[in-house]
Amino acid sequence: MRQVSLGLFLFAFWLILSGHYTPFLLAIGLGSVALAVYVSSRMRVVDAEGHPIGLLSRWLGYLVWLYIEIMKSAWAVTRIIIDPKLPISPTMTKVRASQKTPAGIATYANSITLTPGTITTDVKGNVLTIHALVRGGADDLEGGDMDRHVSGFERGRV
Amino acid sequence: MMEQIVDIASWILIVLGSFFIITGAAGMLRMPDLFTRMHAASVIETLGATLLVVGLMLQAGFTLVSAKLVFVLLLFFFIGPVAAHALAQAALHAGVEPMLDEDRRNREPPGGAEKNETDPVEPKT
Amino acid sequence: MFFVASAAILVAIILVVVRAIRGPTVFDRVLAANAIGTLAILLLAAIGFLTGRPEWLDVGLTYGLLNLISMLAVLKFFRHGDLAYDGEEERETKA
Repeated sequence: MRQVSLGLFLFAFWLILSGHYTPFLLAIGLGSVALAVYVSSRMRVVDAEGHPIGLLSRWLGYLVWLYIEIMKSAWAVTRIIIDPKLPISPTMTKVRASQKTPAGIATYANSITLTPGTITTDVKGNVLTIHALVRGGADDLEGGDMDRHVSGFERGRV
Repeated sequence: MMEQIVDIASWILIVLGSFFIITGAAGMLRMPDLFTRMHAASVIETLGATLLVVGLMLQAGFTLVSAKLVFVLLLFFFIGPVAAHALAQAALHAGVEPMLDEDRRNREPPGGAEKNETDPVEPKT
Repeated sequence: MFFVASAAILVAIILVVVRAIRGPTVFDRVLAANAIGTLAILLLAAIGFLTGRPEWLDVGLTYGLLNLISMLAVLKFFRHGDLAYDGEEERETKA
């Protein structure tokens, strides 16, 4: 089931990148997709963590929300860079992730890193170590707004 | 008329994207230590790259080229955090101490109220 | 207008190269190398439009993937002094 879905994704990827639709090239595409699916099955990476198909339906909505957050904080970081006084107050802190699956925690950690102004430096269990450019960034993460959004995205499950 | 509007919009997006790219690069020069520089670098990867690529997509229209530009953006989105996380972890491991105003690392982390054990989460398959 | 974008990206690359030269730690240089990789992908996209040959985008995508792998390899080397280091082994010996 997961293998079939992975194969479909990979073949769609091939079609978009290739742009040439002759029988020979399509055959080569099918062959490489089959090889990739076979190898990744043997490596046992095609599971809820490696190919979380359950998250697909809410993926787009989450991405839009994340994008708006990224734009806001990128603008804040830009203002700090342009400011001649360079008003930074680097802060390191720890926050708990309330997600239940490794894929959810990885999504949370990556969302934090993608947002300019905050970087996840370490993940131990469900405790993330965060470096924030300004003190307010660390406060926001401790407030847990993003954590709740990622948990909502994760729920409904794989 | 419609084409002109799209043309002007893509102009604005490309110029704005260029501005944020240069700002991010300048930030990498201005910031005082490694971790703060990483924040500046992520401005290039997110805001600058997005605006520039969306501007190029308006020029390309609804074609395979636009699809590839979407893949460029997704590439940044999935690879950027991986690289940043690996870099930050390697630097901390090697003993590069971040310049800090406030260190809350030794404090009990807040949040995630209903779940409080620090054990690694077992994968559910 | 693609010329404007290309010029801006080139200016940014020059700034980042200055950071790579100034260092001071090896991680600053890795960060600069990664940023140059990102900028190179954008530059390839802009040049593709500048010359009217979008095939450059494929080069850019490949470059991005290679950029990630080379960066991880460099970081792994500086962290463990060995490219064949296995994280699983460390966990087993510690336990």
